[in-house]
Amino acid sequence: MRIAMGFLCGLIFGVGLVISGMANPAKVLNFLDVFGNWDPSLAFVMGSAVLVTFVGYRWVLGRAAPLFDARFHLPTRSDIDGQLLTGAGLFGIGWGLGGFCPGPAYVALPLASFGIAAFFPAMLIGMWAGRASSARLSTTAVGG
Amino acid sequence: MTEFTPFASAFGGALIGLSAVMLMAFNGRIAGVSGISVAVLPPWVQDMRRGLADDDALWRLAFVVGLLVAPVGYQFAGGTIEQTVSSDAILMICAGLITGFGAVFGGGCTSGHGVCGMSRLSVRSIIATATFMATALITVFVTRHVIGG
Repeated sequence: MRIAMGFLCGLIFGVGLVISGMANPAKVLNFLDVFGNWDPSLAFVMGSAVLVTFVGYRWVLGRAAPLFDARFHLPTRSDIDGQLLTGAGLFGIGWGLGGFCPGPAYVALPLASFGIAAFFPAMLIGMWAGRASSARLSTTAVGG
Repeated sequence: MTEFTPFASAFGGALIGLSAVMLMAFNGRIAGVSGISVAVLPPWVQDMRRGLADDDALWRLAFVVGLLVAPVGYQFAGGTIEQTVSSDAILMICAGLITGFGAVFGGGCTSGHGVCGMSRLSVRSIIATATFMATALITVFVTRHVIGG
């Protein structure tokens, strides 16, 4: 069941990315271009996604456990460290250069543009390197 | 120019939120794409330690397959997907490396920190989201208005 639910959630997530316009890097970059051809659409994506998740989480996390697991697996850290800021800072630079964050990169892969063919394998290598560097710095598992 | 699409974007965002809530309700997991995809990459140290019966890698793989099937199914159902992607190979390779590294090193991306973390009012996620939004805005400002002209 967990595997079936994983697929279903990935599918809904992916359709959401497609409908929202996030799979189009031009739209992402125009959202980030506040001083140019600003397209505020993606604020609506983030706003509505956070609203639905905020309300849904309050209901779901009030229950004793998820349906198909013994417990909720939630990140417990609350400290702000250099690794968080460095990682997030770099992530933003990459996002601003290519217009893809990881979710939309998956969704764009079957659309087989030249750009995603260059971006996607590089992103996986970057993720792999990010995990190796995190593991070297600490034993804390990478969440999110 | 891209068209301003508040309704389609809000609807798509609601589906993303629904997916995040469902993944928590069913599997008890955060719907963070960078966290999910890095766990699918080899070596599978975590899962080998826990034993082969553990299907943690499998539901994550299924999630990723769902993401890949989504655009194909959408087009099959008659939908059209508009896309303009840069064809600058060097730029896209560098962007991919930095995006992937940063997302995992920082413990999450737009989905894990931006959607799930902010919804849990996690201070780490709010700080991370503010940081990557700021550097993304600066990057686009520099490439489009300083260098790009």
